[in-house]
Amino acid sequence: MAQLEVERVSVAFDGVQVLDDVSLTVASGHIACLLGPSGCGKTTLFHVVAGLSLPDAGHVVLDGREITGEPGQLAYMLQKDLLLPEKTIADNVALPLVLRGVPREQARPRALELFDTFGLAGTADRWPSELSGGMRQRAALLRSYLFSQEFMLLDEPFSALDAFTKADMHAWFLDVAERFGTTALVVTHDVDEALELADEIFVMRGAPQAGDPTRIVGTERISCPRAERSGFSLTEEFLEHKRRVLALLG
Amino acid sequence: MSTRRSETSAPALQKLAAPVTVVALVAIWQLVCSVGIVPSFLLPSPVAVVQALIGDWQLLAGHAATSLAEAALGLAAGIALGFAAAVAMDRFELVYRAFYPLVVLTQTIPTVAIAPLLVLWFGYGMLPKVVLIVVATFFPITVGLLDGFRSVDPDVIDLMRSMGASRTQVMRHAKLPASLGHFFSGLKISAAYAIVGAVIAEWLGGFSGLGVYMTRVCSAYAFDKMFAVIILISALSLVLMWAVGALRRRLMPWERSGD
Repeated sequence: MAQLEVERVSVAFDGVQVLDDVSLTVASGHIACLLGPSGCGKTTLFHVVAGLSLPDAGHVVLDGREITGEPGQLAYMLQKDLLLPEKTIADNVALPLVLRGVPREQARPRALELFDTFGLAGTADRWPSELSGGMRQRAALLRSYLFSQEFMLLDEPFSALDAFTKADMHAWFLDVAERFGTTALVVTHDVDEALELADEIFVMRGAPQAGDPTRIVGTERISCPRAERSGFSLTEEFLEHKRRVLALLG
Repeated sequence: MSTRRSETSAPALQKLAAPVTVVALVAIWQLVCSVGIVPSFLLPSPVAVVQALIGDWQLLAGHAATSLAEAALGLAAGIALGFAAAVAMDRFELVYRAFYPLVVLTQTIPTVAIAPLLVLWFGYGMLPKVVLIVVATFFPITVGLLDGFRSVDPDVIDLMRSMGASRTQVMRHAKLPASLGHFFSGLKISAAYAIVGAVIAEWLGGFSGLGVYMTRVCSAYAFDKMFAVIILISALSLVLMWAVGALRRRLMPWERSGD
């Protein structure tokens, strides 16, 4: 269980103000989505939260502890699965444990225990090139999970998948998150995806390249509990949320 | 039925194309010699060459052992040096800037031109041969490894850093495996260079080795033995390149997964 706070983060690159005073809180056990147009600086914020780059101002706090600029605190997953092509799925998934110093012979069984739950049964000794995009994303998510069960940062994790696989993955992700009580911050530019996954949506708006730094312009809390999301997208309630979010996006 | 037959016979024909060509050329060569179009002291017949190869077999084996030892030592040292250079250049941008042009420069040095110098400096023993092979082989290995290190997706490195990986761990788990393909391509070229390099260095002085044997039979106008040793050198290079290929398939099982 973990609570993430991003406090008044500002970032500039080469004189271009990308993020201006961005604050958000993800409560323990919640899934929050960060929604904004492409190129608005979502990934920049992500790098700051992951500790891969330092903000010009502001802090990142996990469970009351400042982790600004400290990589290795949160699990991190991108649109690309980034599985190493030279390792089998089991070794790829066990990598975070191995990096932490767990011997490979102990790391593999710990990873394999979760293969069924993550829908990866039978893939342990396959190479990444032999798996479909959806399966590879599952493996990547299990790898992130093994790195940190507490908090996951997902940067457009499902956007490279086709619509059918994506719908499957959403249901599967909600199931896994429910089972493990995962807290997650998911970046997306897909309004429907945000509405299907999130407890709350932080809407970002701005065009840094045009001199308009990105801010958070509003937060939408989704009334429907995550457990009841199947078929949610067909309800009037969904459309109301969507209207408000679209209005915030402008 | 007919489509199935063409499917099976076409690849067989493709496979046979090269051996058939070689056999045909050798047959023409033999014919030219037997009929007497070219005098036998200028161009020995294939049969004479094979006889020379068999007749001098023990002598050739001894010389081949020397050349192979030089090639192996030079290649091993070249790999070690190339590896160290690539890792240092990958780790420190300044080292890369300072030494990469030099590495390229060593490749423009004609091997034949520095061989006499090396013999003068290091004598008639194995050392000048090994040094020559190192100079010739370490470039393809260094460049291959460097290209491989740089082929890793920067996002993979970010991801590993976000998991708290050290530089050594990034090297071991991502960069090194990613560079194996490039490394083996470089090694294949280097393996061929190594044998040729040993022979060239032996031409210029030495006590044994295929190059030494070559200069002796050449000055004796024993062209059949000359051809025999050329064939042996080609065969050794081929075997070495094949061994590199076999090692590659063994160490890179993920490459086979596609088929």
